[in-house]
Amino acid sequence: MNSPSIGWLKRVSLRWGVHPESRKRPAADLPVAVLPLPARLHLPLLQHIGAPAKPVVTVGQRVRKGELIAQSQGNISAPLHAPTSGRIAAIADFPAPHPSGLSAPAITIEADGEDRWTELDPPADPFALPPQEVAARVAAAGVVGMGGATFPSSVKLALGRRVAVGTLVVNGGECEPYLSCDDRLMRERAAGAVDGMRIIRHAIGAREILCGIEDNKPEALAAMRAAAEPFAEVKIVAVPSRYPMGSDKQLIQVLTGKEVPADGRAADVGVLVHNVGTAHAVHRAVRLGQPLVSRIVTVNGGAVAAPRNLEVPVGALLSELVEACGGCVEAPARLVMGGPMMGHPLPSLDVPVIKGTSGILALSRAEVEQRREAPCIRCARCVGACPMNLLPLEMSALIRAGEAEAAVDWGLKDCIACGSCSYVCPAHIPLVHYFDHAKGELAARERAKMKQEATRQLAEQRSLRMAREAQEKAEAAARRKAERERAKAAKVAAEAAA
Amino acid sequence: MSAPIHAPHAHAGTTVQRIMLAVMAALAPATLYGFWLYGWPAIVLWCVTVGSAALGEAFALRLAERPVAPALSDGSVVLTGWLLALSLPPWAPWWIGALGGAFAAIVGKQVFGGIGQNLFNPAMIARVALLISFPVEMTRWVAPAPLFTDAAPGLLQGLSIAFLGLPDADAVTSASLLGHAKTELSRGIALGAALQAHADPAALFGGVRPGSLGETSALLLLAGGLLLLWLRVFTWHIPAAMLAAVALPAAALHALDPQRYADAGVHLFSGGLMLGAWFIATDPVTSPGSRGGQLLFGAGCGLLTYVIRTWGGYPEGVAFAVLLMNAVTPVIDRYVKPRIYGRTRRGEGFAPPPRKWLRLKRRSGP
Repeated sequence: MNSPSIGWLKRVSLRWGVHPESRKRPAADLPVAVLPLPARLHLPLLQHIGAPAKPVVTVGQRVRKGELIAQSQGNISAPLHAPTSGRIAAIADFPAPHPSGLSAPAITIEADGEDRWTELDPPADPFALPPQEVAARVAAAGVVGMGGATFPSSVKLALGRRVAVGTLVVNGGECEPYLSCDDRLMRERAAGAVDGMRIIRHAIGAREILCGIEDNKPEALAAMRAAAEPFAEVKIVAVPSRYPMGSDKQLIQVLTGKEVPADGRAADVGVLVHNVGTAHAVHRAVRLGQPLVSRIVTVNGGAVAAPRNLEVPVGALLSELVEACGGCVEAPARLVMGGPMMGHPLPSLDVPVIKGTSGILALSRAEVEQRREAPCIRCARCVGACPMNLLPLEMSALIRAGEAEAAVDWGLKDCIACGSCSYVCPAHIPLVHYFDHAKGELAARERAKMKQEATRQLAEQRSLRMAREAQEKAEAAARRKAERERAKAAKVAAEAAA
Repeated sequence: MSAPIHAPHAHAGTTVQRIMLAVMAALAPATLYGFWLYGWPAIVLWCVTVGSAALGEAFALRLAERPVAPALSDGSVVLTGWLLALSLPPWAPWWIGALGGAFAAIVGKQVFGGIGQNLFNPAMIARVALLISFPVEMTRWVAPAPLFTDAAPGLLQGLSIAFLGLPDADAVTSASLLGHAKTELSRGIALGAALQAHADPAALFGGVRPGSLGETSALLLLAGGLLLLWLRVFTWHIPAAMLAAVALPAAALHALDPQRYADAGVHLFSGGLMLGAWFIATDPVTSPGSRGGQLLFGAGCGLLTYVIRTWGGYPEGVAFAVLLMNAVTPVIDRYVKPRIYGRTRRGEGFAPPPRKWLRLKRRSGP
């Protein structure tokens, strides 16, 4: 039996989380459409966690699809590849998909319309490759976490080799409302996703694969179960639909019953988590030899004329995606990159899709109706919603009082910023906003303290060194003096003897 | 004014106002039943109390130069006045309601800084202030004279009772069940004989008996509480713990000495317990935030209620019990916290499990 589901007892004992209105359909029920190839693609050099990639092409150079255009720098980084064939038009700053709307270094490619692949080098059998080779190929293909975290995947694969990982958890939860890119991927490309999971398992040496999918996606569950049927080690598990089921820590808890230590990593309990989209990207990278140059993006929201999922090359402008979905029926009240619970607001649609872009939402005025913040009535709805068992009401009261340090004792650093507390708050208090702010302030204070400490240590070392040098000088002088006197005495003695 | 744009970009849609409205809707059946039982004087008293609470809040906000309309429109002060009115003797004179309502809003709530800031339940603090200041008026219980019956006073007579006082108080008043039991016990009469007159289930469950305006219909209050539970306005922890902490000692002591101690049924369905357990103790502002803390708080309310009723100087103890536990709430909040994911109860991070080779090494050692 490789399709278990979560028992009712476990279901009842799960008390955290919220049930936001899903709004995934009708986009989730339409097949993925391919975005017409844009004339220009803009690839920011930093679209992952870690160091930005370093360009290896020059302006004017012709590239084929899949060709390396920027290489990774340092241990935690990822390379970039040309998403289509064409000419490098510019290597300059371009508006980044960031709430600030600021620009960042990017490579711009002018498409030649042929979309011709470079020569690919797929292995005959990925499972015959040594694990390091799999990780190296994943690294070379520029695969990063596709769920939005964009952590370079090969780093996690290497971690899996260093510590004993028994279970690979594949995250097909997609608990964010509005988004259905993973749902479509699992419905349409289940075989590839399952193949990718098995390749990852091979690379990290895990015993079993647990793929958790929320039970509000019966079609995806059925497709994945069919694809996983021949493989005994792959278990597709239906998990309850509640936000934030797709958070690593919560999914691990539901699937394995284990809790990730507060100051540790999932690997500490023998688990590694990868997104189902990442698994598919690994399948493409290792099985087919194709680097990560495109992804599925959900275009949704009340302001969008015809919401649906699009397969888009990395670097396409969000405005081109929205155009492909019929444009906007009303002026969007808010643009969000990612899901509505944790996504970032964007000032404009003229920014490119990056590897971690799961969705773009153009929300209507009715959807983002904002109310004025009212005083907390301590109703404790936030307590019931918090998946980490925190007391958001107490933490926010402390932060408001300017006692961010005290809030740490109440678990501020354990907050995963899922937004469940803000979602349920009847007083419309932006709780996560408070927590993010306090975390930032604490980090700044910590940095200042470390700097101060470093300065203090340097000063201390300097004064010690000066004292030591002075002492050494004095000792040397004394030694020389003693020597001189000895010499003088010897001379006197010699003269006396003579 | 616009708040900074920050995730989440979706909201459940609940508002403070909607929560207050749900509680009022749950209180409505018991209130209307109380109006029917005690007639026009009760209706007048309710209106005076709620109006006075609202006026008191508006006055305090004006004094503090804070906006009046948003505070009044959240409905919390109306609910405070409403709860206070339900806990008053139904034919109490108008000035009891007027004083109590203003006291609840100003001293009970606004002095602390308004909604969400008060340490004590405003309605209960007003009730206790009235009880201590005006013990005679606050314990003058009338026998029910339902509307549309001959015994019921008409509108004019009702207004005259409320504003001019009872013409012949002793003729219509009697003792509440708990008060009666206490008096009889103090006179050395065994409980069995004392409660015989009250054994009628219609009196106990149906609420046709002397008592506060809104507390006598235990069944309607229970239904209202269950409705709020179903609407998830609060969780089961406080009411369940409070009712259990009254019922369990009552049942145990009744089994030991039935002539001295009333049984669990009498305790559960008499006095203000149902009102207190479902509508007073569950006030979120003055009760703990964690589930464990709520259980402790509810149990404390229940146990104190039972102790005051059984051995204290007053026949009823819900208001005192809730206020005492309100005072302990910050302490409970400080010490009863849920275990954080990935941490032990003491807040330390889980230690990663020992590596296999370490265990092997230890086993192969001497």
